[in-house]
Amino acid sequence: MSQSTVLYDTPGPRARRTYRIIGVVAVLALLVLGFVVINILYENGQLEYEGVWEPFVTPAYLELLWGGLLDTLKAAALAILGALAFGVLFGIGKLSEHRLIRWPCWLVVEFFRAVPLLILIIFIWSLYSLQLDRSFHALVIGLVLYNGSVLAEVFRAGINAVPKGQAEAAYALGMRKYQVMTAILMPQAVKIMLPSIISQCIVALKDTSLGYVILAPGLTKVGREIWREFGNYLATALVLLVIYLVINLILDLIGRWVERRYTGGRRLDVGAPGALGEQDAVAQVEAARKAATKGGAGTGAGGFQ
Amino acid sequence: MDALTENWDLILDGFLNTLQLLLGAGALALVVGTLIALFRVSPVPVLRGTGAVYVTIFRNSPLLVLLLITYYGLPQLGINPSFYWKIILAMGLYTGAFVAESLRSGINGIPLGQAEASRSLGFTFGQSMTQVVLPQAFRNVVPPLASVFIALTKNTSLAMSFGVAEAAFRMKGLVNDYATERWTIFIGIALGYIIIVEAISLGAALLERRWRAER
Repeated sequence: MSQSTVLYDTPGPRARRTYRIIGVVAVLALLVLGFVVINILYENGQLEYEGVWEPFVTPAYLELLWGGLLDTLKAAALAILGALAFGVLFGIGKLSEHRLIRWPCWLVVEFFRAVPLLILIIFIWSLYSLQLDRSFHALVIGLVLYNGSVLAEVFRAGINAVPKGQAEAAYALGMRKYQVMTAILMPQAVKIMLPSIISQCIVALKDTSLGYVILAPGLTKVGREIWREFGNYLATALVLLVIYLVINLILDLIGRWVERRYTGGRRLDVGAPGALGEQDAVAQVEAARKAATKGGAGTGAGGFQ
Repeated sequence: MDALTENWDLILDGFLNTLQLLLGAGALALVVGTLIALFRVSPVPVLRGTGAVYVTIFRNSPLLVLLLITYYGLPQLGINPSFYWKIILAMGLYTGAFVAESLRSGINGIPLGQAEASRSLGFTFGQSMTQVVLPQAFRNVVPPLASVFIALTKNTSLAMSFGVAEAAFRMKGLVNDYATERWTIFIGIALGYIIIVEAISLGAALLERRWRAER
């Protein structure tokens, strides 16, 4: 395996020795850091069982956490399903030949992508008169609008990434616009879009934590209840972090696998909202089209394009 | 429109706080992100591993939970900076992971042949870095970095749940006080955010166009 990159050449014996020394020093530094952290935790009584970690081995609280996790997963799943529908609708809308359809779709997508999700959620909740039993709806609707707009961009880019000849050939065979979309473009685009859709699932899952602000059912609300009772803020927050991390890492692994399997390691990313995005999109589509034409065969091609 | 016109000073103040958070967290994220990116492209396996672990953890954690840790957790360890710094810390560390990824992909996007060509022309390491590699890397990095800062702008709204009186906090207050004007208030505050987002986007687009012309 050659180690040469744009930054440095394949190391010789002296460089290898230097690298090894730096490596040892880094390991030592990490060990010291770990020790200091554990020491600080210990000195401040954060490693004790009673009142700190106790709830996380007590069945009643574990059940509470489990319920919170289910609520969170439910919110994320509903959000993604809704966002997919929203994304298909507006993504295709943005590709429409009719200005009257294209423009409103563009406006909606750009708006929801540029507005912070939190103010969207709070606003929707306020439309429900800030009722507690409606906070879950507000959270899910907010997530659908935001993630749906991002997915709309993903759909548009995915459809555009299918080589032009495919659609032209289909039209030449006498297919209608609807048939070209559903029979030719969509099936090929889905393959290209899958990794982006999965990474959007991670984003949606992370954003369910915003339910905390409007007291929507979910992990963060359960966490609040636990530390209200025990005062173990740090331990509770760390437990929440680990739960979120485990789920997201599993999703991440699936995403990477799909990426390798279907797109030859190329991820279709969506440009920024606004002027940059518009300018970017052109280059993006060109690159994606090139990658797609290669048929996604370059599985072992490594990180470079 | 009353809700917006009567409270324009509150709203403006809110957006100034938003910008302050953006600058503080953005600066920290650039520092942390550059460091982690250097780790990730270094020839030392341990450092590469450390960088990869950092990025994986912070990219996959919800920012809100990180804020809970710095805001409520750190004081329990006897570490208690002012609340502005606690929020900046969480946002900076979180955004740093995304900055690191942008920088790394910028460097990795340069064809190996560029570096090989400059070495075979007899450029020293410093020359090949400053004349060949980094100028191209900067260009590659502008669009993803702008996306990161746009996301950060939107993420600063999370500070409202910890009592920072930035724009989202003002919106929540106004929505409570002027129940009949919710739509106006929402659109107004949303436009404020859109202006910031568009400014970043436009700036990056101009920068990119200018640098692209040099090629």
